[in-house]
Amino acid sequence: MSDVRYTDQHEWIRLEGEEATVGITKYAAEALGDVVFVELPASGKTVSAGGEAAVVESVKAASDIYAPVGGTVTGSNAALEKEPSKVNEDPEGAGWFFKMKLSDKGELAKLMDAAAYAKYLETL
Amino acid sequence: MTIASEILRRTPLHALHLELGGKMVPFAGYEMPVQYSAGILKEHLHTRASCGLFDVSHMGQAFLAGDTAALERVTPADVAGLKEGLQRYGLLLTPSGTIKDDFMFSRLAGEKDLYLVVNAGTKEGDFAYIAEKLSDKAGLTPQPDRALLALQGPLAEDVLERLSPGISSLTFMKVVRATVAGAPAIISRTGYTGEDGFEISLEGGDAERVARRLLEESEVLPIGLGARYSLRLEAGLCLYGHDIDESRDPAEADLLWSIGKRRKEAKDFPGAAQTLGGAPAIKRVGIRPEGRAPAREGAEIADKTGRVIGKVTSGGFGPSLNAPVAMGYVESAFAGMGTPVDLLVRGKPLPAIVAPTPFVPHNYRRPQK
Repeated sequence: MSDVRYTDQHEWIRLEGEEATVGITKYAAEALGDVVFVELPASGKTVSAGGEAAVVESVKAASDIYAPVGGTVTGSNAALEKEPSKVNEDPEGAGWFFKMKLSDKGELAKLMDAAAYAKYLETL
Repeated sequence: MTIASEILRRTPLHALHLELGGKMVPFAGYEMPVQYSAGILKEHLHTRASCGLFDVSHMGQAFLAGDTAALERVTPADVAGLKEGLQRYGLLLTPSGTIKDDFMFSRLAGEKDLYLVVNAGTKEGDFAYIAEKLSDKAGLTPQPDRALLALQGPLAEDVLERLSPGISSLTFMKVVRATVAGAPAIISRTGYTGEDGFEISLEGGDAERVARRLLEESEVLPIGLGARYSLRLEAGLCLYGHDIDESRDPAEADLLWSIGKRRKEAKDFPGAAQTLGGAPAIKRVGIRPEGRAPAREGAEIADKTGRVIGKVTSGGFGPSLNAPVAMGYVESAFAGMGTPVDLLVRGKPLPAIVAPTPFVPHNYRRPQK
């Protein structure tokens, strides 16, 4: 059982034990269009909530991916370097971006849950 | 400010774009589809493999009547020498010889007028400029009610032959009046993708019916502006307002080939002394970044010591190459093919080399010698 949280910038974060996985939502992947390149953060990089963590390039444009909460990057999805299209095919699964250790799990409570995010999408 | 000035114009195919799932964006004062449901990547690859239909009705069409050779006052192209049934590429020059626009001009068989097609974003200014500069010799009549479709790709010939029997005998850069699905049209064997294909000028009232008829053919997919950008970039073709503009002359833009031989000898066009006066200080080149990260318009180009030597004017991912491609201007000393450079992307140097264009070979149907 895992709890997925969402940002208003369309990142998702899933905490499993002490480590969380971060990616972009289906809505974001569709808005970006075909992804052709992903720049992932190195392990050990410190990120802050809302700070730049990765870059995704689609056929249309480059977009920054922000860390949903603060913490330290512990790994990234190397498969995206060869197959960036995974971001479009399975954005909330195999198309994940990076894993991180949270500095304060309490920050997750500030993010939207699935129901709140679904409602938020309706306002866009 | 009036509200009307903010309203985007629509082409005769607007309703069809919406029906086809077109994602509409503002472009050159028009509401145009950047992509349809297939997406840019698939639309791009489909055009190279089969046949794509583009709405380019936002472009400016006009007829020039009278002493049409007077057009040479504003272009270095050979207008007087254009034979009937042919279309040619030309640059529209400012009085100082920089590039005001690029355009196509045609002399239809048996007709005295020249048929012109200019870019969408510049058309009002171009038409006013041409009309003024030629006012004592020729009259320009814009055709705002005409539509323009482009049918591009290796199967375009098969498709159009079904709707316009005999059209397959037209070869690259030739133009003819013919009918398409019964509608009167001006058809040229030209395009902006590097592929074989046709551009089809129609009366606005016929455009939707003809477009729907073309889309009924199994090979044809509608293609938006996103793929139009990547197709023309891979083909090494300039986009006005980006790769060429009023700050560049034809020599810097590496478009001297568009200047007629007679015009080069006579040096009788705006800025001829400057344009033909020797090697330019900067030059437009093709660029291939290493790896997969694209460099976009505006990225600075540096030499291997970190000194900035130019700027990217078009860039993105080339789906047919499965690699990023770009175009830009560099100091001429760095314009040699194979010169290693760095593109500054997000503050980091991205290694790249100066490369020949087109990045993807042109696939034009040239006349057999």
